[in-house]
Amino acid sequence: MNDPIIDIVVLALLVLAAAWSVLSTRLLRAVIGLAFASILVTTLLFRLDSPLAAVFELSVCAGLISAVFLGAITLSQLETDQNIVEQAKERIRRYWYLPLLLLLVGVAIIHKTLPSIPDVPVVNEDVRQVLWTSRHLDLLGQVVILVAGAFGVTILFKEARKHER
Amino acid sequence: MSGELLTLYVAAIALVGIAGLYYLLVTTNLIRALIGVELMMKAVTLSLILAGRLTGHVGLAQSLVITLIVVEVVVMVVAVGLILLVHRHTNRLNARELNNIKG
Repeated sequence: MNDPIIDIVVLALLVLAAAWSVLSTRLLRAVIGLAFASILVTTLLFRLDSPLAAVFELSVCAGLISAVFLGAITLSQLETDQNIVEQAKERIRRYWYLPLLLLLVGVAIIHKTLPSIPDVPVVNEDVRQVLWTSRHLDLLGQVVILVAGAFGVTILFKEARKHER
Repeated sequence: MSGELLTLYVAAIALVGIAGLYYLLVTTNLIRALIGVELMMKAVTLSLILAGRLTGHVGLAQSLVITLIVVEVVVMVVAVGLILLVHRHTNRLNARELNNIKG
């Protein structure tokens, strides 16, 4: 269970999935790369003793958000090949130095090894208890944000229907 | 956690975060910009849980991540709704078309 090889492989796959998502010319492939990155983050959360956050990440981020993106791509017209090639060329021309910067940052961080941190005993706190006792204002905030989001989407699509008429 | 493994975690978090920022900077496609934001969110999620694991407060880190995920999904759904409205008006998903929107 505590084999660091698994962490190393999953971390490498996570970086590759993020890079694939960024570099792919097709929007659909970018979304699939993002979903794959979410699944890999879920694996890492399980490895870091956070099963509840991992389940949330898997169901909401890998599932729901990917479905929302796929729905948006389906509802909007897919770009033509000509547009994709033009946008990719413009991107490379304007920001040619950014991938190099990305590589330099990665090399700089890996080059300087961080000091090892001794394993701290995990404080015996249940996440549900933390949410309901010390972070109960967060729950209130979550409810307010969910209601605001629901109202926002309702108003957005109501306006859209009005315009269609 | 050994220094080497911690370094790899920090490097991966930094690379995913910078990849998201790069995507956000270079693209004019609105859905691609949201994918960039999502990638940055992944880096933040992972760094919160890593910090919780290192300090021993895993429960607190998980509760923060759950709040983050709820905020993230609401932001994404509203943003996708806005993008679809922009697409209906302009028939494109280009951020440059937003210059023509009147307030």
